Amino acid sequence: MSKKHLDAPRKPRLAVFKFASCDGCQLSLLDCEDELLAVADAVDIAYFPEATSTMQPGPYELVLVEGSITTPHDRQRIQQIRRQARVLVTIGACATSGGIQALRNFRDVAEFARIVYARPEYIDTLATSTAIAAHVRVDYELRGCPIDKQQLLGTLAALLHGRRPPLPRYSVCEECKRLGHVCVMVAHGTPCLGPVTQAGCGALCPGCSRGCYGCFGPKEEPNTAALSAQLATLGVDAAARTRLYHTFNAGADAFRKAGEA
Amino acid sequence: MKRLHLEGLDALFGALRGAGYTLIGPRLRDRAIVLDELESAAELPIGWTDREQDGGHYRVAARGDDARFGYVTGPQGWKRWLFPPQEVLLRARRLGQGMRIEAATVEAPRRAFIGVRACDLAAIAVQDRVFVHDPGYQARRAACFIVAVNCTEAGGTCFCVSQGSGPRAGAGFDLALTELCGDGQHRFLVEAGSQVGATLLDTLDAVEATAADHEALEAGLARARGQMGRRIEHEGLAAALREHLDHPYWQKVGERCLGCANCTLVCPTCFCAEVEDRMSLDGSEAERVRHWDSCFNLEHSYVVGGTVRTSTAARYRQWLTHKLAHWETQFGVSGCTGCGRCITACPVGIDITAEAAALRQA
Repeated sequence: MSKKHLDAPRKPRLAVFKFASCDGCQLSLLDCEDELLAVADAVDIAYFPEATSTMQPGPYELVLVEGSITTPHDRQRIQQIRRQARVLVTIGACATSGGIQALRNFRDVAEFARIVYARPEYIDTLATSTAIAAHVRVDYELRGCPIDKQQLLGTLAALLHGRRPPLPRYSVCEECKRLGHVCVMVAHGTPCLGPVTQAGCGALCPGCSRGCYGCFGPKEEPNTAALSAQLATLGVDAAARTRLYHTFNAGADAFRKAGEA
Repeated sequence: MKRLHLEGLDALFGALRGAGYTLIGPRLRDRAIVLDELESAAELPIGWTDREQDGGHYRVAARGDDARFGYVTGPQGWKRWLFPPQEVLLRARRLGQGMRIEAATVEAPRRAFIGVRACDLAAIAVQDRVFVHDPGYQARRAACFIVAVNCTEAGGTCFCVSQGSGPRAGAGFDLALTELCGDGQHRFLVEAGSQVGATLLDTLDAVEATAADHEALEAGLARARGQMGRRIEHEGLAAALREHLDHPYWQKVGERCLGCANCTLVCPTCFCAEVEDRMSLDGSEAERVRHWDSCFNLEHSYVVGGTVRTSTAARYRQWLTHKLAHWETQFGVSGCTGCGRCITACPVGIDITAEAAALRQA
């Protein structure tokens, strides 16, 4: 591994930036409650408007980026942030795939603006919502809507000590089986995206007898064609399959294509 | 062979609890028969069955009687109680410039497994060989008391007969029960398979089984055998699989396979694990954790330079050939006991018996 770890002599400086998003993922950091003091001890929180009014200029050893790129201004801003960041980690479905707002990618955004706004000419927006990685190099991705708190802490701990963050690329099914959950698809006939979705959430929805809705985005080499065929036999028609794939990770290639198939 | 009346089951549970065992057995949860801690025989899935199983399909249903063990094989095997999904192997603490490493304490509570089917006894015997040098497994294994239950009905995906593992519990149990309840007399036939089992059986109010009991047992086993719709033809299979490593058929399976790893995780003999190091934020403490992994994951075959098995077809081939051919070479037994869980648990219903047959004829 390259010198990606944060072996600075002083405390590594952490910055959190936000693009088009709901703030839920950066709140996961504040939601660390029991570990928050340890986080504050381990890093110097240099820029985190959600948490503190102190805003120190870069460069930063570690930058967390939430949200997707939806405006020309943000397209510029992410370039500046990348230049300030030694390690850049994207957090959440918006930053890693474009988020729910990537549904705009399938429609005419200029028409939306005309319908919604009294003065559409004031709206300066891009036709698409795209992932941060579509614009700059990203070192690590934390998936999910929202991200998983333990994955965030595990990633911070690993980066602080020069180790690769433990971010599995395999399926949600693996977490289900480790936890002993009953398979909602096999035992109940409930449509579930678990077999094509990346693990990391702790199989929250199947653990509540709900189908996975894919908020962690596609797993490694997802076989959406085979899953779609099975969903069809469970009575999920093409329109419903599109709705299933096209939610929080509609902008992720595999889910976009599966929803268009 | 002895015979216990229905209330004898409560006595058996009580005796095991009295001997300090935690009872692990079947119960109905989330519309499935799962293995869990039990306090009493009243928590068994009374009157439920899960015979309705097929590729990617599992349903529970009321039986219309009050059988305690009227289900077949639920979605989980016993491996999670012997080879836990996650286990801390060691802990480390930073001390100045160095560190102190401590082996994790092995947790091996006395557990009684209630309702182990013949296919799962065979699976435990397989993992006994796999984990022969694993102190945690060995300690947990030594601390368990096994109450097997013979199968008098088969589930939709069962094929233990062709694997030579069932439906009758042959060895590897302390007590083996056969539930008989079809003829108006609800009773259990009991056989001891170990000295510990025999000693415990002596404390129960059991009588000698009659000729009619023996007949009912044989009739039940014959019914289970007769209900099995799947089989694997073993003659020449391993050789055929080894010859067909480059056959295009693997690609066809690869197109259907989700690579989700469900088959390997529900398989009672699959033992792959990954080891992960975790650290506290301040770096003062670390732990090494082993958790279930699967040969269907890309990282599983990652070595310097990349992943060795780069296609789903290659990963499916790895699993199937290991299970049905190379396992024999490695451990001296087959890796498949015919429980059928991989078929039921595959969300798209890939069937090991059908794939083995297709590859054999390919």
